[in-house]
Amino acid sequence: MLKVIKNRLEQGHRTTKYPKAQIELYKRFRGLPKIDTKCADGLVQRCAAACPQDAIDTKTKQIDLGRCVFCGLCETLSEGQFVKFSQNFELGTSSRDDLFTHGDLPALAEHSQKHFKKLFGRSLQLRQISAGGCNACEADINVLNTPFFDLQRFGIQFVASPRHADGIHVTGPISENMRQATLTTWEAVPGPKVVIASGACAISGGPFHGSPEIVGDLNSLIPVDLYIPGCPPHPLTTLHALLNFFK
Amino acid sequence: MGKLLQIQNNERLNRADIPHLEFDVFRQELVDFVENGGQIVQFFAYEDQGAMKLLAVMRNDKLFVAGCDGPDHFDSLTAESEKFHMFEREIGEQYGLKAEGHPWLKMVRYHENYTGKKDVFDNDYTQDIPGNYPYFQVEGETVHEVAVGPVHAGIIEPGHFRFQCCGERVFHLEIQLGYQHRGVEKLLQTVPFKRLPIIAETIAGDTTIGHSLCQSQAIESLADLKVDEGASIVRTIALELERIANHIGDLGALSLDVAFNPPAAYFGRIRGEYLNLSQVLCGSRFGRGLVRPGGVTHVMQEEQRQLIREKLAELTPEVIHVSDLIFTAPSVLGRFDNAGTVSHENGEKIGLVGYAGRACGLPYDARVTFPTECYGDLPANTNEKTDGDVCSRATVRREEIMHSTALINTLLDRSAEAASYIPEEIKLAADSFVVSLNEGWRGEVSHCILTDDKGEILRYKVKDPSFHNWTGLALSLRDQGISEFPLCNKSFNLSYCGFDI
Repeated sequence: MLKVIKNRLEQGHRTTKYPKAQIELYKRFRGLPKIDTKCADGLVQRCAAACPQDAIDTKTKQIDLGRCVFCGLCETLSEGQFVKFSQNFELGTSSRDDLFTHGDLPALAEHSQKHFKKLFGRSLQLRQISAGGCNACEADINVLNTPFFDLQRFGIQFVASPRHADGIHVTGPISENMRQATLTTWEAVPGPKVVIASGACAISGGPFHGSPEIVGDLNSLIPVDLYIPGCPPHPLTTLHALLNFFK
Repeated sequence: MGKLLQIQNNERLNRADIPHLEFDVFRQELVDFVENGGQIVQFFAYEDQGAMKLLAVMRNDKLFVAGCDGPDHFDSLTAESEKFHMFEREIGEQYGLKAEGHPWLKMVRYHENYTGKKDVFDNDYTQDIPGNYPYFQVEGETVHEVAVGPVHAGIIEPGHFRFQCCGERVFHLEIQLGYQHRGVEKLLQTVPFKRLPIIAETIAGDTTIGHSLCQSQAIESLADLKVDEGASIVRTIALELERIANHIGDLGALSLDVAFNPPAAYFGRIRGEYLNLSQVLCGSRFGRGLVRPGGVTHVMQEEQRQLIREKLAELTPEVIHVSDLIFTAPSVLGRFDNAGTVSHENGEKIGLVGYAGRACGLPYDARVTFPTECYGDLPANTNEKTDGDVCSRATVRREEIMHSTALINTLLDRSAEAASYIPEEIKLAADSFVVSLNEGWRGEVSHCILTDDKGEILRYKVKDPSFHNWTGLALSLRDQGISEFPLCNKSFNLSYCGFDI
């Protein structure tokens, strides 16, 4: 018992004040990329050719954040002249098209459906489905339940049964072997319900795009309401998206 | 024995130099090798100019390789030793070569084979899982079956667990995976070279560094690239940070599974602190974008060195205190002790690796036996408790956290700085072979690459330690109460996607 008390005193109170207070992530963190559209075409083409995810469009000079895995190669190659990754972790969008970007995403709060806020603003229960996810997305969702983030203080919970859920949160490129289970879980959620695609895999197939063993795009299976990019999304990216979309 | 060729970890070989044996000789060599305590690192099929071949990489305290032609039907090696059982199932599934006499020849990941040969398992792949396959069944008046998954109650990857029970007592557990199959090996053999590192990092997301190290080292060997000391230090630190973060997370989760909540809350947060140290190192909590063939993308400068050093100094006493809280609580030990035991004998028989192996007295650690990067001159760890139960697996992790912390502190004192990473065109040697082994946090991770006469990748084989260890989890449940499952499962914490690839 003494040890429990001693440890409790040592650990103290650790929960972040976010979103009331901002969190600065370390400068090496790669968040929302800023793109210089005046960058020379040659350099853009070089970055696009080297991009392992083929996420750069040379014509529009946009990056597809639904494909990007934030490896930072384009920033290295262009020495920051074409792309510079900021530490801004606020990446969630309600539309797939918004993820093709020069680094200026619309404010998520204004683009979320009002009836979702009314229905789920005070209580949101989500069923998580890992459908081919590599366990990085899953791990950084689990982190939201630790004392630092303490997701439940916002009335948001990940629940065990789809019957208890208001929606599904999907990670992974939807492997063919998880297609049926994903659909069955979604069908088991009572309506009205929301669908969240989290991570490059669920949005575009991510690192596995083009594989015949995956569906590769959750939206082609079930209409998606909220996109959370990243590989994996930082826990704060997910937290920001959930709070702005639903609260 | 003696017809196998001894090789080094990450040594490039001409494929022509690999002993190509008659199948019967090959089979006997492997059977003799494992009977003498040897283990399998890789055993797989591949197609070379229309002909099927088999290749095996074996280990005792050294590494060996040999190959043979791949017959459509062959006498199962599993009939002689359990160590081959999953490998032969995989060979059947991937290339349609059938191991006759295999006691449980069943699909592994549920996909069509790559060769268009008749399916070994008679599955109809137009059907979604579950396909046409049986489960091992126990019969009797009071015997009942419990089926769980693929979608589980928590935020966790999918898999199907089938228990054969008598009341609460588990006779047998069969674990059916494959739900996470993304076609990784096929992708690695066909996609443009630039995509390889990204795929390696996501084979098993919690083992990003382990898998990307294997890939980078294998490619460096095939392309004759040298890695400087500074980059090796960063890589080694990154691998140890990955190990600490995962072990701490699991110790917290184990505590939660026996309903002792305070350490679960503390370790849940502390795990995140270690992930944040990876973020200091390379901008990603999971070490994404760090390890690349030829070096590392981020140089560790004095600033990062200092940040990591200070944070470790702050966290280490907390880790010691919370560990002490877990391991001195009678209610915890009452659950950990003698739960989910895998005997030393069984562990050896199925070739357990990593902490699961070390917890039942199989000391193998690839960092010691086949050292890469900085491990050659770093001290090894020893384990005190090797009873094979949950408590041993937890204790081994506790010991490894402290050992890894000491390793990182040692490496932080080395001043070598990596050269800046400049991506360059990479050309692989033609007609070559390389196998790479690293001790990821779960155990031995191994990648094997074969190139063709143009230097293109002919076969890329990935093995996550979970490929060995899932059988260990199944065995640990024998004669346990079914309610011990979460505890046993967490003590192994195996990778679904690493197995399913």
